[in-house]
Amino acid sequence: MASAAVTAPGGATGETAELAPPRPDFQIVPRAGVPIVAVVLALLIVGIAVNELWPLTFLHVVGGAAWTVIDLFLGFVLGPIIGRMSIPARVEFTTRLMPKMVLIMPTVVTVTLAAGWQLATKLGNTQTSYALHGWIVASYIVVGIMAVIALGLLEPANIAVLVEMKKPRPNPEVIERLMKRFIYTAGATGLMQVATFVIMTKLASG
Amino acid sequence: MSAPDRADVRLPPVTQVGMLSLAMIVAGGIYLSSHIPDHVSLAPAIILLAGSALLLAGNLLALSRVESFAWDRFFDIARWALLAYLIIAGMIEYAFLRNNLSGGPLVVLTLSLLVFAVHVPVLIAFTVARFAES
Repeated sequence: MASAAVTAPGGATGETAELAPPRPDFQIVPRAGVPIVAVVLALLIVGIAVNELWPLTFLHVVGGAAWTVIDLFLGFVLGPIIGRMSIPARVEFTTRLMPKMVLIMPTVVTVTLAAGWQLATKLGNTQTSYALHGWIVASYIVVGIMAVIALGLLEPANIAVLVEMKKPRPNPEVIERLMKRFIYTAGATGLMQVATFVIMTKLASG
Repeated sequence: MSAPDRADVRLPPVTQVGMLSLAMIVAGGIYLSSHIPDHVSLAPAIILLAGSALLLAGNLLALSRVESFAWDRFFDIARWALLAYLIIAGMIEYAFLRNNLSGGPLVVLTLSLLVFAVHVPVLIAFTVARFAES
Protein backbone atom coordinates (compact mmCIF):
# COMPACT_ATOMS: atom_id res chain seq x y z
CA MET A 1 0.00 0.00 0.00
CA ALA A 2 2.75 2.38 0.93
CA SER A 3 4.55 1.63 -2.27
CA ALA A 4 1.44 1.99 -4.37
CA ALA A 5 0.48 5.24 -2.75
CA VAL A 6 3.74 6.92 -3.50
CA THR A 7 4.31 5.53 -6.95
CA ALA A 8 0.77 6.06 -8.11
CA PRO A 9 1.20 9.54 -9.63
CA GLY A 10 3.88 8.23 -11.92
CA GLY A 11 2.26 5.14 -13.18
CA ALA A 12 0.42 2.86 -10.75
CA THR A 13 -2.71 1.47 -12.18
CA GLY A 14 -6.22 0.58 -11.12
CA GLU A 15 -7.32 0.72 -7.53
CA THR A 16 -4.06 1.93 -6.04
CA ALA A 17 -3.90 4.90 -8.37
CA GLU A 18 -7.39 5.92 -7.37
CA LEU A 19 -6.50 5.71 -3.68
CA ALA A 20 -3.45 7.93 -3.98
CA PRO A 21 -3.90 11.70 -4.16
CA PRO A 22 -2.12 13.45 -7.01
CA ARG A 23 1.41 14.42 -6.04
CA PRO A 24 1.53 18.23 -6.11
CA ASP A 25 3.92 19.69 -8.61
CA PHE A 26 6.76 21.55 -6.94
CA GLN A 27 10.12 23.17 -7.49
CA ILE A 28 13.05 21.75 -5.49
CA VAL A 29 14.26 25.32 -4.96
CA PRO A 30 11.17 27.58 -5.02
CA ARG A 31 12.18 30.34 -7.43
CA ALA A 32 9.68 32.77 -5.94
CA GLY A 33 11.62 32.64 -2.67
CA VAL A 34 15.02 33.45 -4.17
CA PRO A 35 14.44 37.26 -4.32
CA ILE A 36 13.38 37.19 -0.66
CA VAL A 37 16.60 35.39 0.25
CA ALA A 38 18.56 37.93 -1.77
CA VAL A 39 16.91 40.80 0.12
CA VAL A 40 17.65 39.16 3.49
CA LEU A 41 21.29 38.58 2.55
CA ALA A 42 21.54 42.19 1.32
CA LEU A 43 20.22 43.35 4.69
CA LEU A 44 22.86 41.22 6.36
CA ILE A 45 25.63 42.79 4.27
CA VAL A 46 24.35 46.27 5.06
CA GLY A 47 23.98 45.38 8.74
CA ILE A 48 27.57 44.19 8.96
CA ALA A 49 28.83 47.14 6.91
CA VAL A 50 27.17 49.82 9.08
CA ASN A 51 28.17 47.89 12.22
CA GLU A 52 25.49 49.49 14.37
CA LEU A 53 24.14 47.79 17.48
CA TRP A 54 20.43 47.74 16.60
CA PRO A 55 20.57 46.20 13.09
CA LEU A 56 23.06 43.57 14.20
CA THR A 57 21.01 42.69 17.27
CA PHE A 58 17.86 42.59 15.15
CA LEU A 59 19.37 40.26 12.56
CA HIS A 60 20.98 38.01 15.16
CA VAL A 61 17.95 37.75 17.43
CA VAL A 62 15.36 37.35 14.66
CA GLY A 63 17.53 34.86 12.76
CA GLY A 64 18.38 32.95 15.92
CA ALA A 65 14.77 32.85 17.09
CA ALA A 66 13.62 31.54 13.69
CA TRP A 67 16.40 28.92 13.61
CA THR A 68 15.67 27.72 17.14
CA VAL A 69 11.90 27.65 16.79
CA ILE A 70 11.99 25.87 13.42
CA ASP A 71 14.41 23.22 14.73
CA LEU A 72 12.40 22.58 17.89
CA PHE A 73 9.02 22.66 16.16
CA LEU A 74 10.14 20.39 13.35
CA GLY A 75 11.96 17.95 15.58
CA PHE A 76 9.48 17.63 18.41
CA VAL A 77 6.07 18.68 17.06
CA LEU A 78 5.89 18.25 13.28
CA GLY A 79 8.26 15.26 13.15
CA PRO A 80 6.12 12.91 15.25
CA ILE A 81 2.97 14.15 13.50
CA ILE A 82 4.46 13.45 10.06
CA GLY A 83 5.52 10.02 11.26
CA ARG A 84 1.91 9.12 12.07
CA MET A 85 0.43 10.48 8.83
CA SER A 86 -0.72 8.19 6.04
CA ILE A 87 1.81 7.86 3.24
CA PRO A 88 -0.19 9.98 0.74
CA ALA A 89 -0.70 12.72 3.32
CA ARG A 90 2.98 12.55 4.22
CA VAL A 91 3.97 12.87 0.57
CA GLU A 92 1.72 15.88 0.03
CA PHE A 93 2.88 17.57 3.24
CA THR A 94 6.53 16.89 2.46
CA THR A 95 6.33 18.26 -1.08
CA ARG A 96 4.93 21.49 0.34
CA LEU A 97 7.27 21.82 3.34
CA MET A 98 10.67 20.65 2.18
CA PRO A 99 11.24 23.03 -0.77
CA LYS A 100 10.68 25.96 1.58
CA MET A 101 13.19 24.51 4.02
CA VAL A 102 15.81 24.42 1.26
CA LEU A 103 15.75 28.22 1.19
CA ILE A 104 14.79 29.08 4.76
CA MET A 105 17.33 27.13 6.80
CA PRO A 106 20.61 28.08 5.07
CA THR A 107 19.47 31.72 5.00
CA VAL A 108 18.44 31.80 8.65
CA VAL A 109 21.64 30.07 9.77
CA THR A 110 23.90 32.35 7.71
CA VAL A 111 22.17 35.51 8.99
CA THR A 112 22.25 34.35 12.61
CA LEU A 113 25.90 33.36 12.61
CA ALA A 114 27.30 36.24 10.55
CA ALA A 115 25.31 38.90 12.45
CA GLY A 116 26.11 37.17 15.75
CA TRP A 117 29.83 37.13 15.07
CA GLN A 118 29.78 40.82 14.07
CA LEU A 119 27.71 41.72 17.13
CA ALA A 120 29.99 39.81 19.49
CA THR A 121 33.05 41.44 17.91
CA LYS A 122 31.51 44.91 18.26
CA LEU A 123 30.68 44.29 21.91
CA GLY A 124 34.10 42.79 22.61
CA ASN A 125 32.57 39.45 23.56
CA THR A 126 34.91 37.48 21.32
CA GLN A 127 37.97 38.73 23.22
CA THR A 128 39.64 36.30 25.60
CA SER A 129 39.47 39.03 28.25
CA TYR A 130 35.65 38.97 28.23
CA ALA A 131 34.36 37.70 31.57
CA LEU A 132 32.05 35.11 30.01
CA HIS A 133 34.49 34.00 27.34
CA GLY A 134 34.03 30.37 28.31
CA TRP A 135 30.33 30.65 27.50
CA ILE A 136 31.15 32.19 24.13
CA VAL A 137 33.45 29.28 23.32
CA ALA A 138 30.71 26.90 24.46
CA SER A 139 28.36 28.56 21.96
CA TYR A 140 30.95 28.03 19.19
CA ILE A 141 31.09 24.33 20.08
CA VAL A 142 27.30 23.91 20.15
CA VAL A 143 26.87 25.74 16.85
CA GLY A 144 29.76 23.76 15.38
CA ILE A 145 28.15 20.43 16.27
CA MET A 146 24.80 21.60 14.91
CA ALA A 147 26.49 22.78 11.70
CA VAL A 148 28.18 19.43 11.10
CA ILE A 149 24.91 17.55 11.66
CA ALA A 150 22.90 19.96 9.52
CA LEU A 151 25.39 20.18 6.66
CA GLY A 152 26.43 16.55 6.63
CA LEU A 153 23.08 14.84 7.18
CA LEU A 154 20.06 17.12 7.25
CA GLU A 155 20.58 19.28 4.17
CA PRO A 156 21.61 16.40 1.87
CA ALA A 157 18.56 14.41 3.02
CA ASN A 158 16.33 17.41 2.38
CA ILE A 159 17.54 17.82 -1.21
CA ALA A 160 17.64 14.09 -1.92
CA VAL A 161 14.06 13.48 -0.79
CA LEU A 162 12.86 16.28 -3.06
CA VAL A 163 14.78 14.95 -6.05
CA GLU A 164 13.36 11.50 -5.36
CA MET A 165 9.83 12.90 -5.22
CA LYS A 166 10.37 14.68 -8.53
CA LYS A 167 10.96 11.36 -10.27
CA PRO A 168 8.09 9.93 -12.34
CA ARG A 169 8.16 6.85 -10.11
CA PRO A 170 9.54 7.82 -6.72
CA ASN A 171 10.79 5.02 -4.52
CA PRO A 172 8.86 5.01 -1.20
CA GLU A 173 11.66 3.16 0.60
CA VAL A 174 14.16 5.83 -0.35
CA ILE A 175 11.77 8.61 0.70
CA GLU A 176 11.04 6.87 4.00
CA ARG A 177 14.73 6.41 4.72
CA LEU A 178 15.63 10.00 3.87
CA MET A 179 12.67 11.47 5.75
CA LYS A 180 13.63 9.50 8.88
CA ARG A 181 17.14 10.87 8.57
CA PHE A 182 15.76 14.39 8.15
CA ILE A 183 13.41 14.19 11.13
CA TYR A 184 15.96 12.52 13.45
CA THR A 185 18.65 15.05 12.62
CA ALA A 186 16.17 17.90 13.05
CA GLY A 187 15.35 16.44 16.49
CA ALA A 188 19.06 16.21 17.34
CA THR A 189 19.70 19.81 16.38
CA GLY A 190 16.52 20.72 18.29
CA LEU A 191 18.06 19.21 21.42
CA MET A 192 21.24 21.18 20.80
CA GLN A 193 19.10 24.31 20.59
CA VAL A 194 18.20 23.81 24.26
CA ALA A 195 21.91 24.24 25.01
CA THR A 196 21.84 27.38 22.86
CA PHE A 197 19.00 28.75 25.02
CA VAL A 198 21.04 28.18 28.18
CA ILE A 199 24.15 29.83 26.75
CA MET A 200 22.44 32.81 25.12
CA THR A 201 20.30 33.65 28.14
CA LYS A 202 23.42 33.47 30.33
CA LEU A 203 25.29 35.79 27.96
CA ALA A 204 22.36 38.22 27.80
CA SER A 205 21.95 38.36 31.58
CA GLY A 206 25.69 38.58 32.33
CA MET B 1 19.91 -0.21 -12.49
CA SER B 2 16.88 0.61 -10.36
CA ALA B 3 16.96 2.93 -7.34
CA PRO B 4 16.80 0.23 -4.65
CA ASP B 5 19.52 -1.68 -6.44
CA ARG B 6 21.70 1.40 -6.47
CA ALA B 7 21.20 1.82 -2.72
CA ASP B 8 22.50 -1.72 -2.28
CA VAL B 9 25.69 -1.08 -4.29
CA ARG B 10 28.65 -0.92 -1.98
CA LEU B 11 29.55 2.74 -1.84
CA PRO B 12 32.44 4.37 0.00
CA PRO B 13 31.51 6.04 3.32
CA VAL B 14 31.34 9.47 1.72
CA THR B 15 28.89 10.93 4.25
CA GLN B 16 30.79 9.71 7.30
CA VAL B 17 34.14 10.90 5.92
CA GLY B 18 32.57 14.19 4.89
CA MET B 19 31.19 14.78 8.37
CA LEU B 20 34.60 14.05 9.89
CA SER B 21 36.15 16.52 7.45
CA LEU B 22 33.59 19.20 8.36
CA ALA B 23 34.15 18.50 12.07
CA MET B 24 37.88 19.11 11.61
CA ILE B 25 37.21 22.40 9.82
CA VAL B 26 34.83 23.48 12.58
CA ALA B 27 37.32 22.47 15.29
CA GLY B 28 40.04 24.52 13.63
CA GLY B 29 37.71 27.51 13.35
CA ILE B 30 36.70 27.24 17.01
CA TYR B 31 40.35 26.95 18.05
CA LEU B 32 41.29 30.15 16.22
CA SER B 33 38.14 32.08 17.16
CA SER B 34 38.43 31.26 20.84
CA HIS B 35 41.92 32.82 21.09
CA ILE B 36 41.15 36.22 19.55
CA PRO B 37 43.02 38.59 19.81
CA ASP B 38 45.82 36.71 21.55
CA HIS B 39 48.73 35.40 19.55
CA VAL B 40 48.11 31.75 18.99
CA SER B 41 49.98 28.99 17.24
CA LEU B 42 48.46 28.24 13.84
CA ALA B 43 49.84 24.71 13.84
CA PRO B 44 46.75 22.92 15.26
CA ALA B 45 44.44 24.76 12.84
CA ILE B 46 46.74 24.01 9.88
CA ILE B 47 46.89 20.32 10.84
CA LEU B 48 43.11 20.16 11.08
CA LEU B 49 42.72 21.99 7.76
CA ALA B 50 45.21 19.69 6.03
CA GLY B 51 43.46 16.63 7.47
CA SER B 52 40.10 17.94 6.33
CA ALA B 53 41.38 18.68 2.82
CA LEU B 54 42.92 15.19 2.62
CA LEU B 55 39.59 13.64 3.61
CA LEU B 56 37.89 15.68 0.88
CA ALA B 57 40.41 14.46 -1.67
CA GLY B 58 40.06 10.90 -0.40
CA ASN B 59 36.30 11.13 -0.64
CA LEU B 60 36.43 12.28 -4.26
CA LEU B 61 39.00 9.63 -5.13
CA ALA B 62 36.98 6.84 -3.53
CA LEU B 63 33.84 8.05 -5.25
CA SER B 64 35.54 8.23 -8.65
CA ARG B 65 36.30 4.51 -8.40
CA VAL B 66 32.69 3.49 -7.96
CA GLU B 67 31.43 1.72 -11.01
CA SER B 68 28.27 2.98 -12.70
CA PHE B 69 27.78 5.95 -10.40
CA ALA B 70 25.18 8.51 -11.54
CA TRP B 71 27.72 11.21 -12.34
CA ASP B 72 25.30 13.24 -14.47
CA ARG B 73 22.95 13.58 -11.53
CA PHE B 74 25.89 14.17 -9.18
CA PHE B 75 27.25 17.11 -11.18
CA ASP B 76 23.78 18.46 -11.88
CA ILE B 77 23.15 18.83 -8.16
CA ALA B 78 26.74 19.65 -7.16
CA ARG B 79 27.08 22.73 -9.37
CA TRP B 80 24.00 24.45 -7.93
CA ALA B 81 24.88 23.45 -4.39
CA LEU B 82 28.41 24.73 -4.99
CA LEU B 83 27.02 28.09 -6.10
CA ALA B 84 24.84 28.31 -2.97
CA TYR B 85 27.64 27.36 -0.58
CA LEU B 86 30.14 29.67 -2.27
CA ILE B 87 27.69 32.51 -1.56
CA ILE B 88 27.41 31.40 2.08
CA ALA B 89 31.20 31.06 2.38
CA GLY B 90 31.54 34.49 0.79
CA MET B 91 29.27 36.01 3.43
CA ILE B 92 31.37 34.50 6.21
CA GLU B 93 34.58 35.66 4.52
CA TYR B 94 33.10 39.14 4.28
CA ALA B 95 32.50 39.12 8.04
CA PHE B 96 36.16 38.14 8.61
CA LEU B 97 37.44 40.90 6.34
CA ARG B 98 35.09 43.47 7.84
CA ASN B 99 36.73 42.76 11.20
CA ASN B 100 40.23 43.29 9.80
CA LEU B 101 41.26 39.68 10.13
CA SER B 102 44.59 39.28 8.35
CA GLY B 103 47.74 37.24 8.04
CA GLY B 104 47.94 33.55 8.88
CA PRO B 105 44.53 33.23 10.57
CA LEU B 106 42.83 34.78 7.52
CA VAL B 107 44.60 32.36 5.16
CA VAL B 108 43.73 29.33 7.31
CA LEU B 109 40.09 30.37 7.73
CA THR B 110 39.72 31.21 4.02
CA LEU B 111 41.08 27.83 2.99
CA SER B 112 38.81 26.21 5.59
CA LEU B 113 35.84 27.98 4.03
CA LEU B 114 36.93 26.71 0.62
CA VAL B 115 37.01 23.09 1.85
CA PHE B 116 33.60 23.66 3.47
CA ALA B 117 32.15 25.17 0.29
CA VAL B 118 33.30 22.19 -1.77
CA HIS B 119 32.63 19.35 0.65
CA VAL B 120 29.02 20.21 1.53
CA PRO B 121 27.93 20.19 -2.16
CA VAL B 122 29.76 16.87 -2.57
CA LEU B 123 27.74 15.42 0.33
CA ILE B 124 24.46 16.77 -1.07
CA ALA B 125 25.19 15.56 -4.60
CA PHE B 126 26.35 12.16 -3.35
CA THR B 127 23.19 11.64 -1.28
CA VAL B 128 21.07 12.46 -4.33
CA ALA B 129 23.12 10.52 -6.88
CA ARG B 130 23.34 7.32 -4.84
CA PHE B 131 19.61 6.85 -5.36
CA ALA B 132 19.62 7.89 -9.00
CA GLU B 133 19.78 5.60 -11.98
CA SER B 134 23.23 5.61 -13.51
